Amino acid sequence: MSIGLEHYLWVGAILFVLGVSGIMLNRKNVIIILMSIEMILLGVNINLVAFSAFLHDLTGQVLAMFVLTVAAAEAAIGLAILVLYFRNRGTIAVDDVHQMKG
Amino acid sequence: MLPIVLLAPLVAAIVAGFGRDALGATVAKAVTTLTVIGCALLSWILFAAQVDAPVHETVKLMDWFTSGDLNVAWSIRFDTLTAVMLVVVTSVAALVHLYSWGYMAEDPDQPRFFAYLSLFTFAMLALVTADNLVQLFFGWEGVGLASYLLIGFWYYKPSANAAAIKAFVVNRVGDFGFALGIFGAYLLFGTVQITPILAQAAAMHGTTIMFLGAPVDALTCVCLLLFLGACGKSAQLGLHTWLPDAMEGPTPVSALIHAATMVTAGVFLVCRMSPLFEAAPYALTVVTYVGAATALMAATVGTVQTDIKRVIAYSTMSQLGYMFFAAGVSAYGAAMFHLFTHAFFKALLFLGAGSVIHAMHHEQDMKFYGGLRKAIPFTFVVMLIGTLAITGVIPFAGYFSKDATLEAAFARGTEAGYVAFVCGSLAALLTSFYSWRLILLTFAGKPRWAGSENIAHAHGDHGADAHAPAAEGTTDSAHAAVDTHGVPDGTGGYHPHESPPSMLIPLALLALGAVFAGWLGHALFTDPERAARFWNGAIVFAPARYAAIEAVPAWVSMIPTGAWALGLLIALNSYVWNPDIPASFAQTWRGLYQFLVRKWYFDELYDTVFLKPAFAIGRLFWRGDKQAIDAAGADGMAKLVTGASVGARAFQSGYLATYALVMLVGVAAAASWLMFRGI
Repeated sequence: MSIGLEHYLWVGAILFVLGVSGIMLNRKNVIIILMSIEMILLGVNINLVAFSAFLHDLTGQVLAMFVLTVAAAEAAIGLAILVLYFRNRGTIAVDDVHQMKG
Repeated sequence: MLPIVLLAPLVAAIVAGFGRDALGATVAKAVTTLTVIGCALLSWILFAAQVDAPVHETVKLMDWFTSGDLNVAWSIRFDTLTAVMLVVVTSVAALVHLYSWGYMAEDPDQPRFFAYLSLFTFAMLALVTADNLVQLFFGWEGVGLASYLLIGFWYYKPSANAAAIKAFVVNRVGDFGFALGIFGAYLLFGTVQITPILAQAAAMHGTTIMFLGAPVDALTCVCLLLFLGACGKSAQLGLHTWLPDAMEGPTPVSALIHAATMVTAGVFLVCRMSPLFEAAPYALTVVTYVGAATALMAATVGTVQTDIKRVIAYSTMSQLGYMFFAAGVSAYGAAMFHLFTHAFFKALLFLGAGSVIHAMHHEQDMKFYGGLRKAIPFTFVVMLIGTLAITGVIPFAGYFSKDATLEAAFARGTEAGYVAFVCGSLAALLTSFYSWRLILLTFAGKPRWAGSENIAHAHGDHGADAHAPAAEGTTDSAHAAVDTHGVPDGTGGYHPHESPPSMLIPLALLALGAVFAGWLGHALFTDPERAARFWNGAIVFAPARYAAIEAVPAWVSMIPTGAWALGLLIALNSYVWNPDIPASFAQTWRGLYQFLVRKWYFDELYDTVFLKPAFAIGRLFWRGDKQAIDAAGADGMAKLVTGASVGARAFQSGYLATYALVMLVGVAAAASWLMFRGI
């Protein structure tokens, strides 16, 4: 059995769903949300690269590189916010973070 | 000169009304009073010129509106009829303005009062100078508005508010008829200008229009509709219930609006449209019967009222009835003559009553008067003159004019004329009785002031007032109350005071009018030759008919004199010689007495026939409104929004995860929609 486009897409989809579920089902830790976001982005990246190879178009791989860069920056900023948040509130449990309720 | 007379009161009303804070009360009062006095002087000049050489002219001020064939302009029609009304309106208005300086001296809101008075004067002048029916209607509604505002001047009194609304609503009924009459006139004549309508009236005699599938006489229809308007404004039988209640307004208002000027607008209307009414004999018969019935009905009610102003109000209604039946028997000159003299003596009686009320600290019930002739002798004398005039004593004003109306009714020779004559004669007897009763109860006998709450208050309020006597001047209210019971002569320790000069001067001038107006005017208004020249076609004037009036049998012309003498005797007998007669009369004839006290049960009748069903219908529709329209409309919308917002609020939990889920679901839905739309 040769590995075709479909397999890559399945892996990307599974990663994406895992990431989304991680955001939804996670009740404990904001860090896990950050990790889940990374996972969603990775799922997207796999899709991009797979289609890029399949269609012989480098644009998708270039875009994937951009997404990785942005994801790194986002993770750095997210962790910095998280540290400051912990200093202020003394917790990073997701259930305690509901200041956005008006 | 005419536009000045017409518009100056409007300007004064605007200046006084809107500039009262900037100008101050005294200036506002002075502006209106001087303006109206000036108008009165100009009016007398115009009137004098008209007596010399009657003219008939129209001054066009400006266009009002044009719509298709309908052209309406602001214009002034000046003829003898207008001149007479000008003199009456501006003279009484000027005197009432002056009188109000004294009468309203303690009121905190005087500029408003004077502004309303001037506004009324303007509207009344617009009415009497109107050259077309639409402008007449403008003035008609204007005086109605001013009347409403002035009846409800003391707006913090619920009774005054109710009376103002009642006057307005009852007048709406009449005004509805009047408006229909104008439409009808436009339909028939193709114009609302008075001159062409009157010129074509005779030619239109016998024209019919279809109404509900049956032919009716068009002119009769128009005239009756116009007369319905006149009935409302002039408080004729059926639409009269507002006038007695209108006495809630300040007394100068009653004198100006509800005695001398506005209520005579209906008579003026009939006289103004006299050629039209002449072409509709059936309508004239109706006018005669309604006038006669009103004259008699109002006089009967007047005999049992104890509120001094209400007695005079019923007297006014009764006298208006005389004017109407005089017009109904085609004696328009006599009607206008009685209007002219009546304005003087009725304004005099009202202002005199105001002076009494002023002296008695706003007590209006004659039960608590008595013996006032010594306390306020000047008021007593002028009231006496007014009473002599209204009861028709030679040579006072009422003698000439009331006789003219009665004799005209007799001389007409129709059934309606004779009915009017009999009703009028009986009413003259009753008039004499209630007028003398008023005088005797107020001025004769012993003081009965002690029972009045207003007088008792006077001590509390005005203990240190300048007009209170020195002995009581130092007592406090509790002490005064003890005094009230301690003084045996019924005065309650109260000392009435004569009114200030600003009130007495108008009374004196009106008294002159009440004495001389009839004597000077009777040739001018009703003499077959002189009056024909004077009226100069302003009203229908058939000299032969006036000659017939002067040729009535001697006993007919004796009747008014007999009536006043008999009325005086009955009044003296009931209230001086045998003071227990009224009480025993009320005991014996309890039903009749109640019938009269209840004003022929008109208010109760209207309450049952119109008000209660109207309220029932109103409640029905209110319920429908509440449960159908509101439930589906305004309230339903509100409920929908509230419900939706409660649902929407649940989404905003504040948890990041929930928001993310919602976003995901939304994105997924949008993506699915985009994908499957293509298929």
